[in-house]
Amino acid sequence: MSTDGTGFRVGEPLTDSAAPDGPIAERWRRRRFEAKLVSPANRRRHTVIVVGTGLAGGAAGATLAEQGYRVVQFCFQDSPRRAHSVAAQGGINAAKDYRNDGDSVQRLFYDTVKGGDFRSRESNVYRLAEVSVEIIDQCVAQGVPFAREYGGLLDTRSFGGVQVARTFYARGQTGQQLLLGAYQALSRQIAAGRVEMHPRTEMLDLIVVDGRARGIVARDLVTGRVDAYFADAVVLASGGYGNVFHLSTNAKNSNATAVWRAHRRGAYFANPCFTQIHPTCIPRSGAHQSKLTLMSESLRNDGRIWVPRRAGDGRAPGEIPEEERDYYLERLYPAFGNMVPRDIASRAAKNVCDEGRGVGPGGQGVYLDFADALARLGRDAVAERYGNLFEMYERITAEDPYGVPMRIYPAIHYTMGGLWVDYDLQTTVPGLFAIGEANFSDHGANRLGASALMQGLADGYFVLPATLGDYLARGAAAGALGEVGHDHPAVHEAVFAVTDRLYALLSNNGDRTPESFHRELGALLWDACGMSRTEGGLRRARERILELHAGFWERVRVPGGGEQLNQSLEQANRVADYFELADLMCRDALHREESCGGHFREESRTPEGEAQRDDERFGYVAAWEFTGPGVPPVLHREQLAFAYVHPTQRSYQ
Amino acid sequence: MTLTLRIWRQPGPDAPGRMTPYRVPGVSPDMSFLEVLDTLNERLAQDGEEPVAFDNDCREGICGACGVVIDGQAHGPERTTACQLHMRHFEDGATIDVEPWRAGAFPVVRDLVVDRSALDRVIGAGGYVTAPTGSAPDAHAVPVPKPAADTAFDNAECIGCGACVAACPNGSAMLFTAAKVVHLNALPQGEPERESRVLDMVGRMDDEGFGGCTNTGECATACPKGIPLASIATMNREYLRAARRRPGR
Repeated sequence: MSTDGTGFRVGEPLTDSAAPDGPIAERWRRRRFEAKLVSPANRRRHTVIVVGTGLAGGAAGATLAEQGYRVVQFCFQDSPRRAHSVAAQGGINAAKDYRNDGDSVQRLFYDTVKGGDFRSRESNVYRLAEVSVEIIDQCVAQGVPFAREYGGLLDTRSFGGVQVARTFYARGQTGQQLLLGAYQALSRQIAAGRVEMHPRTEMLDLIVVDGRARGIVARDLVTGRVDAYFADAVVLASGGYGNVFHLSTNAKNSNATAVWRAHRRGAYFANPCFTQIHPTCIPRSGAHQSKLTLMSESLRNDGRIWVPRRAGDGRAPGEIPEEERDYYLERLYPAFGNMVPRDIASRAAKNVCDEGRGVGPGGQGVYLDFADALARLGRDAVAERYGNLFEMYERITAEDPYGVPMRIYPAIHYTMGGLWVDYDLQTTVPGLFAIGEANFSDHGANRLGASALMQGLADGYFVLPATLGDYLARGAAAGALGEVGHDHPAVHEAVFAVTDRLYALLSNNGDRTPESFHRELGALLWDACGMSRTEGGLRRARERILELHAGFWERVRVPGGGEQLNQSLEQANRVADYFELADLMCRDALHREESCGGHFREESRTPEGEAQRDDERFGYVAAWEFTGPGVPPVLHREQLAFAYVHPTQRSYQ
Repeated sequence: MTLTLRIWRQPGPDAPGRMTPYRVPGVSPDMSFLEVLDTLNERLAQDGEEPVAFDNDCREGICGACGVVIDGQAHGPERTTACQLHMRHFEDGATIDVEPWRAGAFPVVRDLVVDRSALDRVIGAGGYVTAPTGSAPDAHAVPVPKPAADTAFDNAECIGCGACVAACPNGSAMLFTAAKVVHLNALPQGEPERESRVLDMVGRMDDEGFGGCTNTGECATACPKGIPLASIATMNREYLRAARRRPGR
């Protein structure tokens, strides 16, 4: 183990021991064949805990229960139907080639590896592309009402970063419909008694016994009861951590606690600084704002993005003649135009606003203009495609996008980092699996549109159910999955740690609300570790985060008690984890002296100002090991190899 | 703007509740209704008082978590969710009543939070297609006529917020249940379970203590997603058809 001198130690390299070799198209089939099986009669003897009920968790819970395992599932919402996947708007990719436009598994794989800026794993991404085809079949069979042509076949559209129309959609509510499909399948298993569902219950710690994940500690948010739950394996499907920024497109209650507590128990955290910033959000309107609302990227299919040519042009959009407008994406990236990937579009918007050409209050906005589409297609056709998004925009801004251009600005949207997992989706803690946005594996440094839904469902319906059985079969055969109960010292310790911390929060006689800390932390992180990062900014942010964290434990005040529904307590408990996570994000961003996807280090750019990757020095996954509070973490590098898609400078010009 | 909110405060399911007035200054017309509650809660927390408990999550009008009765109307005066209701629809100086969903099948948990798990159990009774994972036929194997797909979609939009139940004088969940029945029964994929679905879901709805439908129509008026009242008629037709074909169930 060596010391690097910048606040972390370097540990042994990490390898994905579950990844098969051989021809890439054969790997998933081979892995499935080589997996040990649990016979149907033995499955009911195994209990699996699933935390979260979004696309990944809902699909996994339903599928594992249907396979015959006993599933104990948790969500903090009042119903599994409300998981944040429900809010995804645009669509889900699949390499179906129904359009005969040259799509294939190979091409989806290629686009995804390239779009991820060569920081994802080829094997994983190839499997994702293969499985994508089955996902659509599965969802259609469940009655998910995808958009259809008059002939009764499925309609598709195109998304950012690609040149084929492979995105299946259900108006602007694709996430909702896919989630309801999974939720309905899960509800069927709950009613049949094969899933024991705990809504309004939040995971607060992981129970590790003899080096294996054997359960969780969770708090019933209504009664305040803290209890331990046991299983042969634990699956975290608890989503991303974008809310660390305070303002993001995430649901208000999405949080990092489940993955963070697992990280503290030994699960490595990979690439925490890779945050996706979505280019098409409604700009913030004031300090009161509680969250940001995304407008589907699919709008860029028909909307044209522009700003005035002249800085400080205060005229209404309709008064600015064509020749005085700058359609900057079409100008800079003629091949992709408005459909460039999210990181490119976001940065370009920031640049024109930094030049003083932004529109709307505070100059933090660019126009997304549908005038051409309305003239070309007519109002009815535009309404058919995007009607609900237009309504949503009007409701929030009180402006009619059929009459004036929408105003948009980038916002924190999706986190590509997460718990490190191997090809089997298993973390560095045996028996602990992470799926969907909670893991890091498939998107690389940047996520293409419509690929998050694909990954969530691929993990939940297809990948995890195949690999989890192998773990259970081998563990049972080795006699490693014996009984664990409340009397085990590791269980006592975990339950005590949770109750002790809740007590500390409730009894602290401070003068500041959890919300005020969250706002301050979020603003700090957005400035230093948001759309662009500098060494100096990150170093200063780390110092300030440490101060703020210390201040939190001195000054936070949580009204009410612990044995009741107490939303302030829930928030305080989550914000406490955000401080530690924010620090790791800044460390990760600081050590990665390259620009990559959504991680833009100002020191590392091409002469044209685009992101400059450094594959030689940083062509790896950064997996961080927690070694104790206040102790520098240990960096384990997983070297990435590209045998099928040769790394090139991403160019969309 | 400055508003006076009269909010239903109830510490727990069995504790008595009462309307409590709060003055909220500094309200911007661009705020959502929930952001006004945030503003109030921040002040209460700062003063060491217990904030008002209310359910909310996505704040984009799609998760269905939020739901309060505002001046006697579920989700307030506009046809949207409380999280997408903006203060520009209110007058400066107004006094606004804020109450939880009130229905026999939705017990109060605390303040404005109610337990809507009965809706989940209605779905569990048959609101799905039994489609095992991993071996589905190609998605194009079964074409779906566009009108059927559109009908299915119009009903699939239900977010399960419970406004229909809250708005109904009988506390009925007919619109919620009808939305799912019509969604799945409109599709070829839903055909094999067409009859058991409607019989089981309606049976469950009654068992959960939801009231009967008397065609008042308040549910469809309050529905933030515009689920049509006609869906209830379609469900009734589906129910009669199923009951005739499968007597004794």
